[in-house]
Amino acid sequence: MCLAIPGRVESVEYPFAIVDFSGTKKRVRIDLVDDVKPGEYVLVHVGFAIQKVDEEEAKKIEEMLAEILIE
Amino acid sequence: MISLEKVKAGIKELSAKIKKEMESEEEIRIMHLCGTHEDTITRYNLRSLLPENLKLLSGPGCPVCIIPDVDLQMVFHLIQNANIILTTFGDMARVPFEGKSLFYYKSKGCDIRIVYSVFEAVEIAKQSDKPVVHFGIGFETTMPSTALAILDGVENFHVFSSHRFFIPAMEHLLSLGEAKIDGFINPGHVSTIVGVKAYEPIKERYGVPQIIAGFEPYDVMLAVYHLVKAIRNEEKALLNEYTRAVKYEGNVKAQQVMDEVFDRQDWEWRGLGVVPASGGAIRKKYEDYDAMKAFEDVFKDFEPKEDARKKVCRCGEVLRGLITPSGCPLFMKACTPKDPIGPCMVSFEGTCNIWAKYGGYRI
Ligand code: SF4
Repeated sequence: MCLAIPGRVESVEYPFAIVDFSGTKKRVRIDLVDDVKPGEYVLVHVGFAIQKVDEEEAKKIEEMLAEILIE
Repeated sequence: MISLEKVKAGIKELSAKIKKEMESEEEIRIMHLCGTHEDTITRYNLRSLLPENLKLLSGPGCPVCIIPDVDLQMVFHLIQNANIILTTFGDMARVPFEGKSLFYYKSKGCDIRIVYSVFEAVEIAKQSDKPVVHFGIGFETTMPSTALAILDGVENFHVFSSHRFFIPAMEHLLSLGEAKIDGFINPGHVSTIVGVKAYEPIKERYGVPQIIAGFEPYDVMLAVYHLVKAIRNEEKALLNEYTRAVKYEGNVKAQQVMDEVFDRQDWEWRGLGVVPASGGAIRKKYEDYDAMKAFEDVFKDFEPKEDARKKVCRCGEVLRGLITPSGCPLFMKACTPKDPIGPCMVSFEGTCNIWAKYGGYRI
C-alpha cells in the first residue's frame, strides 16, 4: 500500500502528467507536488505523484556507498 | 549511475562493517515499520548478511493488516444492505472474515470494483447514478489522495474511511513497552509526506534512535549500519538516509489537504488496540462524503462479531514485533497465501505473506 515507484515525467497537463516507468506510461495526478516539469523524476503512489526525486541527493547516496568501499 | 558490481561490493562491505560493530554487543533489536521494507529485506535475504545478535523485526507497517475486523464487517454489512457500488484496492478485497472476502461478495453479485487509484472511483461515480463508496485504506502516504478525491466534490461519491495516521502507532508501540526496540527504521514513503520533523516528538520523548530509509537493498543496509552506530553511541538520533525523496518539512501541500479533510480520532488497530489520535475520521464539514454518515440508517442494526476462524491467528503479535510468522502454528500449514486466515498472509505487505513468498526464514 505504501509502495511508490519513481518515474520520469514526459508531459504535463495540469493536474495530470504522463509518467514513464521504464517504458510503461501512466497518467498520474500531480497536484500534490509543486511545479512538476517534464524530465523530472517523481515518486508515484496509487496514481499520485507524492514527491519529486531529488537527483542530486540520489547521486550523493551512490557516492556514500562508493566511500564505504574505500573507507 | 553507480554500477551493479559496485552496489554489490558496497553491500558486502556494509555487512562486514555491521558485523564488526556488533562483535562486542549482546543483542540489538531494530524494528522496521513498512511492509515494503520487509519485502526488500526478505526478497534479498538481507538478514543473512547480518550477525545473529542483530535482530531485524517487522512492525505494524502494513495498512491492510492493521485494519480491525470490525471495519471489514461494516463494509460487508453495507454492501449487503445498500444499493451501492463499492470500490477498493485489490489487497483489501482478499481479506477474509469468517472465510468470506469482498471477492466472495463480488462473485455473489455485489457491485464491487477493484481500483488502482481513488480517482478511478471518482470517475465511476461521475458516470453512475448510484452512490459509490470507496473503502479508503492506507497511512499518510495514501490519505492525501483520498482527501483530494473528497475535495473534488462529486455528490454521489463517499468514503468509508479506514485510514489511519501512522506516527501515533509508533508512540503507542513504545508506550506498550512489550517488545524491546533499540532502534527504528522509519517508513520511507509515509515520510515523504510527513517529513523528518514528524518524528521529533518521538525522539524527544523516547530517545529511541530512528532512521528514515529508502527501499533498495543498499538503502536498508546503510540504514542498519548508521542505526547500529547510533545505538552503540547511545545517541538520540533522528537520521534520514532517504534524502532523495524525504525533506525535513515533508510534502506540505499533501499535509494541508490531509488535515483539511481528516480529523484524528482514537481508533482501534489490529494487534495494537486503541491508538490515540490515529484514526482518519472524515471531518463534519465533509460529512456528505462520509459513508458512515450517508448510510447512518444502514449501520443502525450493525452488530460486530468475532471471527472464530481467526482465534489462533497471531497476526496481532506479528504486527507488534513479538513473534515472527514462524512462531504461528498455522504458518504454511492451515494458513497459506492461497487460503489465508489472517490479513498478514493476505496482503503483499503482510510479513506472513512475504515470508511465505520468498521462504528462507530467519529473523
Ligand atoms: S500465518 Fe496466518 S494465521 Fe498465522 S499469524 Fe500469519 S496470517 Fe495469522
